[in-house]
Amino acid sequence: MRLEPIAQPSLARRLVPPALALLGAFLVASVLALIAGGNPLAVFGAIVKGAVGSKFALLETLNRATPLIFTGLAVAVAFRAKLWNIGAEAQLYAGAVVTAVLGTGVLPWPPALLLPAIALTAMLAGALLLLVPALLKTRLGVDEVVTTLLLNYIFLLFVSYLLEGPLKDPMGMGWPKSARLIAEARLPRIVEGLRLHWGFALALLSAVALWIVNARTTLGFEMRAVGQNAEAARFAGMPVTGVVLKTALLSGGLAALAGFSEVSGLKGSLTLDLSPGYGYTGIVVAMLALLHPLGVVAAALFVAAIFVGADAMSRALGVPSYIADIMLASALLMMVLAILLTKFRVVRD
Amino acid sequence: MTGPHDQKAQPVLRLSNITKRFGALTANDDVSFDLARGEVIALLGENGAGKTTLMNILFGQYTADAGTVEVFGEVLPPGNPRAALDAGVGMVHQHFTLAGNLTVWENIVLGTERLGALRLDAKAAKARIADLSRRFHLAVDPAAKVGRLTVGERQRVEILKALYREARILILDEPTAVLTPQESEALFKTLREAVGQGLSVVFISHKLHEVMAISDRTIVLRHGRLVAERATAETSREELAALMVGGKVSAPKIEARPAGPALLRLAGVSTKGEGRAPGLRAVDLTLHAGQITGLAGVSGNGQKALSDLISGLVAPASGQFEIVGEPVGDWSPRRALARGIGRIPEDRHRTGTIADFDLTENAVLETYAQDFARHGWMRWGAARAQAESLIATYDVRCPGPETRIRLLSGGNMQKLILGRVLETAPRIILANQPVRGLDIGAVNYVHGRLAEAREEGAAVLLISEDLDEIMTLSDVIHVMSEGRLSPGFTRGTMRAEALGQWMAGEGFGRVADAS
Repeated sequence: MRLEPIAQPSLARRLVPPALALLGAFLVASVLALIAGGNPLAVFGAIVKGAVGSKFALLETLNRATPLIFTGLAVAVAFRAKLWNIGAEAQLYAGAVVTAVLGTGVLPWPPALLLPAIALTAMLAGALLLLVPALLKTRLGVDEVVTTLLLNYIFLLFVSYLLEGPLKDPMGMGWPKSARLIAEARLPRIVEGLRLHWGFALALLSAVALWIVNARTTLGFEMRAVGQNAEAARFAGMPVTGVVLKTALLSGGLAALAGFSEVSGLKGSLTLDLSPGYGYTGIVVAMLALLHPLGVVAAALFVAAIFVGADAMSRALGVPSYIADIMLASALLMMVLAILLTKFRVVRD
Repeated sequence: MTGPHDQKAQPVLRLSNITKRFGALTANDDVSFDLARGEVIALLGENGAGKTTLMNILFGQYTADAGTVEVFGEVLPPGNPRAALDAGVGMVHQHFTLAGNLTVWENIVLGTERLGALRLDAKAAKARIADLSRRFHLAVDPAAKVGRLTVGERQRVEILKALYREARILILDEPTAVLTPQESEALFKTLREAVGQGLSVVFISHKLHEVMAISDRTIVLRHGRLVAERATAETSREELAALMVGGKVSAPKIEARPAGPALLRLAGVSTKGEGRAPGLRAVDLTLHAGQITGLAGVSGNGQKALSDLISGLVAPASGQFEIVGEPVGDWSPRRALARGIGRIPEDRHRTGTIADFDLTENAVLETYAQDFARHGWMRWGAARAQAESLIATYDVRCPGPETRIRLLSGGNMQKLILGRVLETAPRIILANQPVRGLDIGAVNYVHGRLAEAREEGAAVLLISEDLDEIMTLSDVIHVMSEGRLSPGFTRGTMRAEALGQWMAGEGFGRVADAS
């Protein structure tokens, strides 16, 4: 058996394998649900209900999707240029630290000035954090998978130090958390009374903006060219190193916005459990979205719905919510295989 | 010594009427030959002549469309490397197939262990390897990790691997491509020893002096066909060179005429080599307006270095590089384009185009920033119009500008690249292997366009391994060998045999002495 490339995949060829992959993920989850003593249909029903079954559930899902859209975009933009940024988690925390520092009254500005200032500074911090591995890659050929991954642990320890030291809330009764943000530094809710903040709108806006950058700008053209064939891009006169560095800045900045949005929009202060691995889940989101910015929004909503729904299901049926992790993992694995099958056909010799 | 001609016994290897097609390309066309016991056959041909394909069929890695392979009188089942191995065929590939984290002896015995055996008989295996390496002068430490060996040593391991499996026929695919002259000499010693002990060897090469040094018989392939078979003792390098490149170009008429002003000048330029590819060694070259300058030479002798230099990928390490009398200064592909150099790269798939980009995107790959963007925004409408115009003007056969370029044939891909280059009206054109792998129609088209550019006053540098192509099109011919450039020979003053001698590296010493 071997794989043979398909010159022009038909529409069915491009849609059916991914659909089967999702179905496969549900089948795997069904078996697990049975083992855990639940009825698969009831489990899925409870997940759907828990994710979108009420206004509260729906808003919770949208809130949960917000940081995933940012980290998903960060990963998508980097992966498209073949810059393997595994460090969105650290970049997220870099944005969160900046928000926690600047949002506690250092700058006596009105919200209209303060929020953009914090957001831009947060982006800058995330961008610089990824610039270091990117420079090591372009200058010395150091593998960015290793450096960005390890920076996650280093940066988390740094945040831990900050929360035990300089940023520790004096009113926090000893808990490792930062002081609460002042009201001017909080992202307001989109509609008064509904628990959904402007971070979600910013995430959607970022996705559309990135889509436009990819499709319409010279930078987007260059990022795609460098990702697909750096040798040809270099020969054609593209500034390959510069493109990689710009991609790093963009990717790091997007991931940092996740931290800004979580601290300023949702939590109001920085803690060490701000992100339950949004940086890593961003990789899953970006892969499920085939690295397309608008696909990232859809994938983030899907992933968030499964997580939120699984929590509710677990409370209702007593089936462990870890089933959500397994569903996502199997969906990702099967999706990778499915993508292969959209481009190749299996031939028996 | 028993030569091949007193062996009347049946051949150890017989290829009969082997034909292999890849799509429209016929890689092997009805090829037949025999190999006798104790004989060394050299399989000679240009890149893409079908040598490697033929050997992969012999070894069972490809299945031939027609024809049979017989080893010691038995027909091999097609497409089965295991059967070839068992029949006593050993192959040493251009790219080694060794596990770097294992030791030499582990690599050698890998795959020969009996299934189900709980542990290897390491002692016996090592003793046998030591014996083989003594007998065949293949000095290598069996306990060393392969990852730490030099390329020459790794090749010895590959040969030991074949001998350990009791190969009676050794196939070596361009074995000296990665060796130093000293290592090559040692390899030849080993091969002579092997032949003396009754093995037979097929030696694939395009280096004439090696073919002359090691083989009993030479078989020349061209475009997949066996065009000649010679007893090596009865032929000459010059004859082989002529047979190898053959006559195949029916190019446009190039009328001799006086040269225009110098547009590009290299004086004593050297560049750093890349890995084993040589850099330039004190090259002097002047390209004149309205002239095609041909660069002949066996591949891997510095053509890439010269091409990279002129395309802007590499800057000179020393010497002067001027374009229209001005030093180039900071040098990059973008600057090369800005100074009016149009580049047709050697590898259109990897360097010239981006396979999954459509024709529009590929058409503006070099010019998007200046001509098809405003303030960082792409003007896709204009880019698409440009692609449509190139498709029409340069006769690119395709469904439309939104076709991914990987779906185009080599000829149509090359026409798009040619159009991309010529549309900018370059003063200097670098054409590196512009017709390699193209069908005859596309060849004539590309040549015609280059001749037109010459008429309009461009300085063209044509790099090719095809001597006929060079001799037909060029006003001036230079030959490259090991990074050195011969003096220029004007049109009509050089015969192929003489150029062949320069290609083989003769004559450079005299020039160096004279200067």
